[in-house]
Amino acid sequence: MIDESNGIGTKVSLKGLNFYYGDIHALKNINIDFPDHRVTALIGPSGCGKSTLLRVLNRMYDLYPGQRAEGQVMVDGENIISAGVVVSTLRAKIGMVFQRPTPFPMSIYENIAFPVRLYRKLPRREMDELVEKTLGKAALWNEVKDKLQRSGLSLSGGQQQRLCIARTIAIQPEIVLLDEPASALDPISMGQIDELIYELRKDYCVILVTHNLQQAARVSDFTAFLYLGTLIEFDSTTTIFSLPKSKQTEDYVTGRFG
Amino acid sequence: MKPDPGILLNRRIMNRCMTVLFVVALVISLGVLVAILGKLILDGIGYFTPAVFLKSTPAPGTEGGLFNAIVGSIILVAVAILFAVPLGILAGTYLAEYGRNSRFGQVVRFCNDILLSAPSIIIGLFIYSIIVMPSGHFSAWAGALSLCVIALPVIVRTTEDMLHLVPDTLREAAIALGCPYWRMIVSIGWRAARPGILTGILLAVARISGETAPLLFTSLNNQFASYSMNGPIASLPVVIFQFAMSPYRDWQHLAWAGAFLITVTVLALSILSRYILFVIWKGK
Repeated sequence: MIDESNGIGTKVSLKGLNFYYGDIHALKNINIDFPDHRVTALIGPSGCGKSTLLRVLNRMYDLYPGQRAEGQVMVDGENIISAGVVVSTLRAKIGMVFQRPTPFPMSIYENIAFPVRLYRKLPRREMDELVEKTLGKAALWNEVKDKLQRSGLSLSGGQQQRLCIARTIAIQPEIVLLDEPASALDPISMGQIDELIYELRKDYCVILVTHNLQQAARVSDFTAFLYLGTLIEFDSTTTIFSLPKSKQTEDYVTGRFG
Repeated sequence: MKPDPGILLNRRIMNRCMTVLFVVALVISLGVLVAILGKLILDGIGYFTPAVFLKSTPAPGTEGGLFNAIVGSIILVAVAILFAVPLGILAGTYLAEYGRNSRFGQVVRFCNDILLSAPSIIIGLFIYSIIVMPSGHFSAWAGALSLCVIALPVIVRTTEDMLHLVPDTLREAAIALGCPYWRMIVSIGWRAARPGILTGILLAVARISGETAPLLFTSLNNQFASYSMNGPIASLPVVIFQFAMSPYRDWQHLAWAGAFLITVTVLALSILSRYILFVIWKGK
């Protein structure tokens, strides 16, 4: 599926992944390879397990007792769901952006500086540069450069979401997980986020959960279709949307169910 | 469907009746407040002279003020809050962040709710029996401690409630950056809940600055300007209680002035706390 000859390597490799919310078996034997420097979209009807899959990848489920994952999630040759992994180091490598914008209750500048300070002590000037560079990458610098000391909550929804993306890439992760990042936004902000996602693929392995099939078609290189906790089909986005092998995938992408 | 005229008429009558009931209830409850404030202003403001702030409580028939009672009250409240704030914030944070669903957390929360509604005179008696009796004398420490016990559950409760209002997505966003849980609480949770926690502290101050019953058993009163924590100390509520019950005119006048002062202070604290909640919180 993933063409190694094009120089695309696998970044994340799931082997026999099962996930449980207490007694509920939410992900069933998932096997999938996420390519580096590409955008992979996870699509499927509500409750199919796509967000759950994303939350396994940065061990977010650790916060909630009763949730557990079994199997292998290999990132750079390490099974990240095994017990010995240092989760904070892992999460520095695997960033996540949520559905609702979640700026921290601090200034725009501090929103970017806060995660950086978790890992490094930078002199003021270097921090200033990093903040500028990061906000620039998130296509937000021009809009906020005169009000860096204002609260992050003073921004519009779309700007807040770009701030959250900036905050995530400020600590230079290798993988960026996006959980329906544009679904709470207006169409124009949504378009800006889409452009940004397309840019992100240059530097990161991007995994995007979306309900919006147009978004998946627009910005992703590969698409995985999940249904009832099972991976139905995984292929290039063009194939999934034009010549899907599975009948279920075809029904979903043509809007016949879900 | 075209509505039946009878139904529409019924609705209109019902609407009228209920509106009248609501207005009556509003007038009664607001009326009580206005009557208290009005009486206090009318009777209290006349005796509200500079001497109230400058002179200590007098012997009957001589001139004086409430200076020692005001300072005593400030000391008692300040010491009580000084101990109640860190304890209350830590306990509230435990309940909101770590003990949300645990059995222990539920028990602590339940005990805290009981403490929240415990009659203050019981708390006074409790401190009397564990501090005043063994030490053999009334003291400002005992008074401050009883006020602390009253303020504590208020702060625990508001801290917990305010941290609950911090969306889980904000917690997850911090955790997703690799932030340790404790640092997320300090940098994100407390910061987001700060106006609410501050409001809780101000409400606790307002609550304890008017308490009389627990002080009667603990710090008692002091005719003189003594500010030692180890001895009895004067406080506004107790002085008001004593002076208002006395047969002396000038003492009664000072009681009015003290009642006016304490009401205005508590009112100002309540307004300030609401101001912080609504203006500063929404404004950022």
